[in-house]
Amino acid sequence: MASAERAVRLYRTMARIRAFENAAEEASRGSVAAFGASLAQSNIRGPLHLSTGQEAVAAGVCLNLEKEDYLTSTHRGHGHTLAKGASMEAMMAELFGRARGPNRGKGGSMHLADFSVGMLGANGVVAAGMPIAVGAAHAVKIRKEKRIVACFFGDGAVNRGPFLEALNWAAIHALPMLFVCEDNRWSATTPSDAMTAGEGALARAQAIGVPGLQVDGNDVFAVDKASQALISKIRSGEGPRFLHAVTYRFKGHVSVDAAAYRDGAEVSRALENDPLILAGKRIPEPQARKISQEAEQEVRRALDAAAAAPWPEPREAYGDVQDTGSGQWR
Amino acid sequence: MSYAEASRLAVQSAMSRDPRVVVVGEDVGRGGIFQQYKGLQEEFGAVRVIDTPISEATILGAGVGMALAGLKPVVEMRVVDFALCAMDEIVNQAAKARFMFGGQGRVPLVARMPIGLWSGSAAQHSQSLEAWFAHVPGLVVVTPATPQDNYSLLRAAIDCGDPVVYMEHKELWGLQSEVTDEEIPLGKARIARPGKDLTLVTWSRTVHAALEAAEKAKLSVEVIDLRTLWPWDREAVFSSVRKTKKLLVVHEAVQAAGFGAEIAATVAEELGVPVRRLGAPRIPVGYAIPLEDEARITPAKIAALLQ
Repeated sequence: MASAERAVRLYRTMARIRAFENAAEEASRGSVAAFGASLAQSNIRGPLHLSTGQEAVAAGVCLNLEKEDYLTSTHRGHGHTLAKGASMEAMMAELFGRARGPNRGKGGSMHLADFSVGMLGANGVVAAGMPIAVGAAHAVKIRKEKRIVACFFGDGAVNRGPFLEALNWAAIHALPMLFVCEDNRWSATTPSDAMTAGEGALARAQAIGVPGLQVDGNDVFAVDKASQALISKIRSGEGPRFLHAVTYRFKGHVSVDAAAYRDGAEVSRALENDPLILAGKRIPEPQARKISQEAEQEVRRALDAAAAAPWPEPREAYGDVQDTGSGQWR
Repeated sequence: MSYAEASRLAVQSAMSRDPRVVVVGEDVGRGGIFQQYKGLQEEFGAVRVIDTPISEATILGAGVGMALAGLKPVVEMRVVDFALCAMDEIVNQAAKARFMFGGQGRVPLVARMPIGLWSGSAAQHSQSLEAWFAHVPGLVVVTPATPQDNYSLLRAAIDCGDPVVYMEHKELWGLQSEVTDEEIPLGKARIARPGKDLTLVTWSRTVHAALEAAEKAKLSVEVIDLRTLWPWDREAVFSSVRKTKKLLVVHEAVQAAGFGAEIAATVAEELGVPVRRLGAPRIPVGYAIPLEDEARITPAKIAALLQ
């Protein structure tokens, strides 16, 4: 059983992620012409992948990370980034494409990164963060640093080659890594179960020699407890560990996707099992209400600040490309 | 000193100077299949000369992660044909990270991926794909033709701080010539042979074929070894073409959509002089000698265009 203080911290992180995702969803109406939606003017443009309903995984894992620990994320990475300690205001500015975002408006949602809190980047390519996380962990090992690397990926990633390559590499070099399979059951619009042979993500990791645990990814206390156990092994030098957290994607693949391809009963069951409500039951109701209100206020301030923030100058399109030959654009 | 030994010396020198430099790749502990890492694991240890599984995507991707975390990896892809298993990591990750993260991180890695025909290595071990990488913003592309350049340009590549696609030529590993400690900046071409009637721009192994053809030509041919494809030294090319008023670009890569087209088009736009190209036909490289020879750019084929 988590302490009362720990429960409050977990709930606060989840409430902040939920508020952020809801606000981002609202600001992205018409963000991209896909899934039958038509393009409309919106503050957030392009594909926006929401982690609504998956907050317990981000909160439960990241509470066990230190600021100097590294993290790599996926295209669905807002929750991880917030939970790792990034500023909500800066994140919203990035989603709005403004110069005050951590990526200075160059990345947006899919490439969100905040190196100041060890967050080495979301990624627009499934499983692509895994080799990068391996490299960061290998650097940590070479330099004999204390940090560890948390590598988030989805259930779709387990069917890509880098999943095998990264796990194998981490195992043979005993790298300080936590692999987190955030299993929301859907690979874009296709059920992952139908696309994945064998016993699933954890069995695959174990077959490669990476031990781990499977948890109810909607139970933040279970995620916290499992992360704590696995991370203590990693920090004591026992090599990589694997966490398979089974959760559910409340929304479509991207924000404009109504996910009509899903069975209504399946979605209803998931909504009844809302991880935020489950977590809220473990703290006094007035306190939970206050935390939610504060999260709403924080996101409101972030939206206002983002809308008022300056755009990047056009010349920024030419900055940070490369130094060698900079200026030779054609 | 051989072309392979020159590159070994460049890596050794960088590793001695800078503890952030590491080598990552298949077989590097035994010196690499071309012996271009010979003795480095003995000298610097297995922690810095890292043997890897046959996992190209993760060799390159881990290189990106190492670089973002403060190291300077020299990443071995063995041949460019195998680097295709790591295209996402090169094109979407290494080349983009610094820009898309708004300058929060940089990727100072060198990805070595030798190109070119290699005595009967057939369709999957013989390609010259330099144009693919020159097309990608964020990447530097280097194609050394001599032992000296392989030493100096590899050192410059490791030092430069950008992701570099470093393309040695497999038929040049044994090439011998003197190597000094000369510093050569990236992006600077070399006049391999002065001349006044025609400018012949080339790089990598074809430099040697071009020099041989130029020796026998009636025209006075100026041969420019481009050395770096991106950024390419347009001033050196322009100043030569202003003098000769004629340009021929020759490369071993397939001619269609090759980097020669880029040079020819730029020179035609800027200077309005006649341009010609010579590259391989758009065919896979065949195994048998008569088939492989169809893809080979020989002095005779170049000479035919110098008539």
